[in-house]
Amino acid sequence: MAKIEFKNVGHCYDVSAENKVYALNPFSLTWEDGGRYALLGPSGCGKTTMLNIMSGLITPSDGNVYFDENDITNVITEERNIAQVFQFPVIYNTMTVFDNLAFPLRCRKFDEDKIKTKVHEVAELLNLTEFLNKLTKKLTADQKQLISLGRGLVREDVAAVLMDEPLTVIDPDLKFKLRRKLKEINAKYKTTLIYVTHDQNEAMTFADNIIVMNEGNVVQIGTPKELFEKPKTTFVGYFIGSPAMNIYPCDAVSDDEVSIGGLKLKVNTKLPDSQKSNLKLGIRSEYINVVNKKSENTVEANINLVEDFGNYKLISATNENIQIKVKVKRESVIPEDKILLEIPPEYCCIYNNEELVE
Amino acid sequence: MKLVTKNLTFKPEDEYYLNDVSLEFEAGRLYTILGRTLSGKTSFLKTIAGLQPVDEGEITLDEKDFRSIPVWERNVAMVYQQFINYPHLNVYENIAFPLKQRKMSAADIKQEVAVAISQVGLEGFEARKIQELSGGQQQRVALARSLAKKAKILLLDEPLVNLDYKLREELRYVFKNLFDSDLSTESILIYASTDPQEAMQLNGDIVVIDEGRVLQTGPAKEVFENPLNIKVAEITNDPAMNILPGIIDDKEIIFNEDFKLNLPSHLSHLDSGKYFFGVRATDLNLDDSGFSFTVDISEISGSETFLHIHQDELKVVLMIEEVRNFNLDDQVKISMDMNRLYVFDANGDLIFSPYRGN
Repeated sequence: MAKIEFKNVGHCYDVSAENKVYALNPFSLTWEDGGRYALLGPSGCGKTTMLNIMSGLITPSDGNVYFDENDITNVITEERNIAQVFQFPVIYNTMTVFDNLAFPLRCRKFDEDKIKTKVHEVAELLNLTEFLNKLTKKLTADQKQLISLGRGLVREDVAAVLMDEPLTVIDPDLKFKLRRKLKEINAKYKTTLIYVTHDQNEAMTFADNIIVMNEGNVVQIGTPKELFEKPKTTFVGYFIGSPAMNIYPCDAVSDDEVSIGGLKLKVNTKLPDSQKSNLKLGIRSEYINVVNKKSENTVEANINLVEDFGNYKLISATNENIQIKVKVKRESVIPEDKILLEIPPEYCCIYNNEELVE
Repeated sequence: MKLVTKNLTFKPEDEYYLNDVSLEFEAGRLYTILGRTLSGKTSFLKTIAGLQPVDEGEITLDEKDFRSIPVWERNVAMVYQQFINYPHLNVYENIAFPLKQRKMSAADIKQEVAVAISQVGLEGFEARKIQELSGGQQQRVALARSLAKKAKILLLDEPLVNLDYKLREELRYVFKNLFDSDLSTESILIYASTDPQEAMQLNGDIVVIDEGRVLQTGPAKEVFENPLNIKVAEITNDPAMNILPGIIDDKEIIFNEDFKLNLPSHLSHLDSGKYFFGVRATDLNLDDSGFSFTVDISEISGSETFLHIHQDELKVVLMIEEVRNFNLDDQVKISMDMNRLYVFDANGDLIFSPYRGN
């Protein structure tokens, strides 16, 4: 296992082009040994390119990759000690489950006793013990995917296990169990796990650290909580959380007050000079309070729609300045047509050119 | 228009695909068939479409036999989980395809396609190839083709299940708007889903199905608030309603030695004995003066955290209305909102609902 470092790593598929287009814009990032990471972003955001750079399937056009301080930028895949699990199971259909799991170890000439111990240990963890002597073609899709995963785990020398949307073929009920399993594996073996997904829920459930990507850029690295509470860009505010953050273009009227249309709101952020900036205010629907009395930072709006989601209700309301979504407890009493909303200054995020002002 | 099924039963091998399914559907309402994977939802839709046989039972449309009508004459449209389109045709041609087959005039086709395209929000994409579209857009094309057909019966088989949650969030509104439009008065709409929140948001009638059998039917709110039995309570909630076996003993509800509660006065009429107690994840709270539990995993869903915890044999899920990080085996203390407690008898049938009393 190893610490993995990207130093100014970027990739452009056609470096000879006149206007170079980067699939992945240069960035630096350290992946700590034993960490549980998710690479999250919509399709085409550059996450698979990043994964392929790590595994050596792509040599980056810019920058260097280090495993424990050794520059491995030009080292081929076979010599990198990376295990990769793909969207669909990749297994040897003519072999038994045992032989499938033993394969990476036999290739590296481990002795059979050691192989046996290790295979049994991993099979136990993945609940595959009873199938060890069965041919893999008799197994279900999710059992096959477990074998793919198991092959990544039998080797203790891997620098990281890379997983590219590994739970796609798994039944929803089993997904939960497997995510728990992956967390246990990470806790037990301290294996660095890097999990690629376009599904926000999967990323947030699995990882301690999420790398959010969009249009070839790393837009934020943080814990699920940080991404939710302090999205660094308006994209993250939209992409993380359901519903998306409420976001409005606004102007600064003093250094702690903004105006949305004519609606004035106090905020806790020290505002930049409005003349030179393109400001937006973001507020999560979870942090807006329904109140009875007008005061500072209250807004009156007309209710357009109340949706009952079972676990909560979502109110959609508008006035001449804003459209706003507010999440409330299912049991809350919601007025008929007009509603008074409090926008707490401490939960307002201010964005300048789509980036969070801190 | 009224579609009626009577005693539909299909048991190809040991298991029932459909077990005595008798239902009525009227134009102008939206019906959501809610059930877990393999509960019989797809079987039912396929039977209506004429794509699957049954062993016995009747189907009538406006009191005329429907079962003997061949598939191609049924005037039914179906949208699947997978995004099924003609890959060699562009968006416009895909939507126009069934109309061309009907030998509709070019001018009419043009108009019908334009209407369908605006209904699903694909304006400007007419000339795009299918491969150039995202998953969400591909599913919009499939939906538009079904709409253009103007079928009497529109069947939607978990159309959003293969999309990530941001896209699901957006497309649900497309469906909702469609269901609220004229379309719903002219067609019978049947939507299959595994997702209780989706069923609640669509806010039509819910048909709860399990192992091929209908367990409960009624307006979404009614089914959610008053589930007839434990199975329904589990299926109509995400996470599933927590079901705790316990004993009422004079003045107490006893779950185990360490977890006892005073019997609230509104339940004092219940005899001593064994019961099952139901409590939603939303009605369990972190509470320092509560009972100790151990964390199994925390799952983040949109903007909420589902905390899976246990105490000995007792396993429950608690919902927190924000994104929080927990580790495996963290200790937490919880309490439950007694005013929201359901009681089921030893057979699993509802005997007390907080919404309706006895």
